[in-house]
Amino acid sequence: MMKIDKDKLIIGAAGPVLALVTSFVLTVLVLAASGLDPIEPIRLMIENAGYSDVQVLIVNQTGIYYLAALAVAIGFRMNLFNIGVDGQYRLAAMVSALVGAAVELPGPLHILLIVLVAMATGAFWSGIAGILKTTRGVSEVVSTIMLNAITTSLVAWLILPKNFGVQPPGSNDLTTGQIAESGWFPGIDMGEGGQIYGFTFVALALGVVYWFVINRTRFGFDLRATGESESAAQASGVDAKKMILTAMLISGALAGLSGMPILLGESHTYSLAFPVGVGFTAITVALLGRNHPVGILFSALLFAFLDKASSNLDVSGYPKEITQIMQGIIVIAVVVSYELVRRYGLRRQQQKVGEELAAGGAIKTDKEVAA
Amino acid sequence: MGIATAALALSATACGKSSNDTGSSSTSGSKATKVAIAYDIGGRGDQSFNDAAYAGLKKAEDELGVKGSEAEPSQGESDADKVARLTSLARAGNNPVIGVGFSYAPAIAKVAKSFPKTTFGLIDDTSVTAPNIANLVFNEEQGSYLAGVAAAKTSKSGTVGFIGGVEVPLIKKFEAGFTQGVKDTNPKAKVLTQYLTQPPNFDGFSKPDLGKAAAQGQIDKGADVIYAAAGLAGSGSIEAAATAKKWAIGVDSDQYNQAGLSSYKDYILTSVTKNVSGSVFNLIKSVKDGKPESGEIRYGLATDGVGLADSNPAYKKMTDVIAAVDAAKKNIVDGKITVKTAP
Repeated sequence: MMKIDKDKLIIGAAGPVLALVTSFVLTVLVLAASGLDPIEPIRLMIENAGYSDVQVLIVNQTGIYYLAALAVAIGFRMNLFNIGVDGQYRLAAMVSALVGAAVELPGPLHILLIVLVAMATGAFWSGIAGILKTTRGVSEVVSTIMLNAITTSLVAWLILPKNFGVQPPGSNDLTTGQIAESGWFPGIDMGEGGQIYGFTFVALALGVVYWFVINRTRFGFDLRATGESESAAQASGVDAKKMILTAMLISGALAGLSGMPILLGESHTYSLAFPVGVGFTAITVALLGRNHPVGILFSALLFAFLDKASSNLDVSGYPKEITQIMQGIIVIAVVVSYELVRRYGLRRQQQKVGEELAAGGAIKTDKEVAA
Repeated sequence: MGIATAALALSATACGKSSNDTGSSSTSGSKATKVAIAYDIGGRGDQSFNDAAYAGLKKAEDELGVKGSEAEPSQGESDADKVARLTSLARAGNNPVIGVGFSYAPAIAKVAKSFPKTTFGLIDDTSVTAPNIANLVFNEEQGSYLAGVAAAKTSKSGTVGFIGGVEVPLIKKFEAGFTQGVKDTNPKAKVLTQYLTQPPNFDGFSKPDLGKAAAQGQIDKGADVIYAAAGLAGSGSIEAAATAKKWAIGVDSDQYNQAGLSSYKDYILTSVTKNVSGSVFNLIKSVKDGKPESGEIRYGLATDGVGLADSNPAYKKMTDVIAAVDAAKKNIVDGKITVKTAP
């Protein structure tokens, strides 16, 4: 039976809660300082979240952030910072859309092929950073940022009509061609509200897999151990280099998957209008969720809510950028509050140990007296 | 902690989105006709383009007494978000609802079906059609052709420059027309072409320093007339050209009369104009008059939907250049010259 450590739970939750409260208060202050009603936009957002179409948008976006944040989190668990999730996501979406449009297979196989290509592409792209790190010692922070820039140029080149792109007649967009219907992932029809992408459930299932692998397997243990201390892990027989490369590959494969909800569920093509920036938001989502699959789920939900419920604030005369301010403050607040909570936890631990030692000492003295 | 700090720095930059408009008028239960504009990602940062659409809306508010709403895209949104935005605008009773930019095409195709009585304007795209969709499109290549003629005639070095903001098909139309205009006028002339950024990086429409550096590079290679189709980034090109005492050609609106560029205006030879504001105004007016526009509404040289500005007195004195431009214009309108839309 697993025993829940109350102290640990409180300390774990204190960081995010502190961060959220701070960001909320600061956002209200910013609104008030700019002469706007600070409560009305928040009331409007909550009201918006009551509409079924906005709810569907939130659920779908949660799935996308969840996948991308898992990709970031698996790196964090290893002390690896994969900033390249956005690049891996874009390249994977583009290449898998190309392959998906080029072939026609019976339903499930078609989808499976697209998904596998996306994972392979994402893993290949992050693997470059992994190999550079293990063989040449190049910081993955630097190499993944550079790979993001290369992705932009590479995708822009691949999607030119003279290469692999398609420009539909009368359109100023560039696409990779339409994926045949056999490659569409069935969603759940919510009537007026729209459709929940079927891939959202795959995302949730992967969260369970993530939890299991990290906490219940030898691999997960090695991963966490290497993250805590590379040299200690190595001393106990873990091949740190292999772990770094594996973690990068898994991270990239997950990043590749994060484009799938939209590609398979809605756009069925990669175009110039394909959403970008998912991989960057995911870093904040993973940080706020403390790399825990349940924590990430809640923070992904929160960010999706902020994004979608705010989308028509401007029509009511309020700047929708307030949610970006809020998200920005969350990042700062998360970093600060985690450090505060960590120090508090450390002190508390020392106190406890001190108390126990003191108590033990007292008993000893009693015995001495008796003797 | 290192990771967290880096994430902090990174998210701070990733969050930066331009906000060119927030103060939209609210549309609370008046009897006036309500109209709405939805701006788009593809046009985002392309200040002159979005502003022109807004100018059309503003004019309609002033002259026709309509009530305008504006909606901006959120960062990293998908078609589903656009569908939701257009649906809520149409449901609120706005008519017409105008989507600025090609990326609204898939969303308008869906929403137009649900609101058959609402007219939808779609700028820069003819790929989706319906009885209640008006496709507002422009022959940017024709205006750019004239700019090419003017550039080739004015250039002394025989080398001219083209700077595109972001390498997307829309801007390639400007390049194609300009290059063809130059070559038809002076086959020996050299056209230097440079794009500032590639999608999805739209900095090339918004960062003047990029336009400035590109223009300086082309001037170093001998270019003495530079045409920049790069939105706000183009003002950097104009600055660089004026500083080097070379000619610049503006885009979208008559940049000679633009307040922010007044110190460089003597070197703004001409501008290729694109009447986005007029197209928005016309659509709103047609709906208000009960005869909504439908199908492809093309704005070309023939209807002055695109053209070449002649505000600079120095340009007006170049009679041979003006004669060549007018002749080319006549040939295009008469169909004797067909301008390519892709380079």
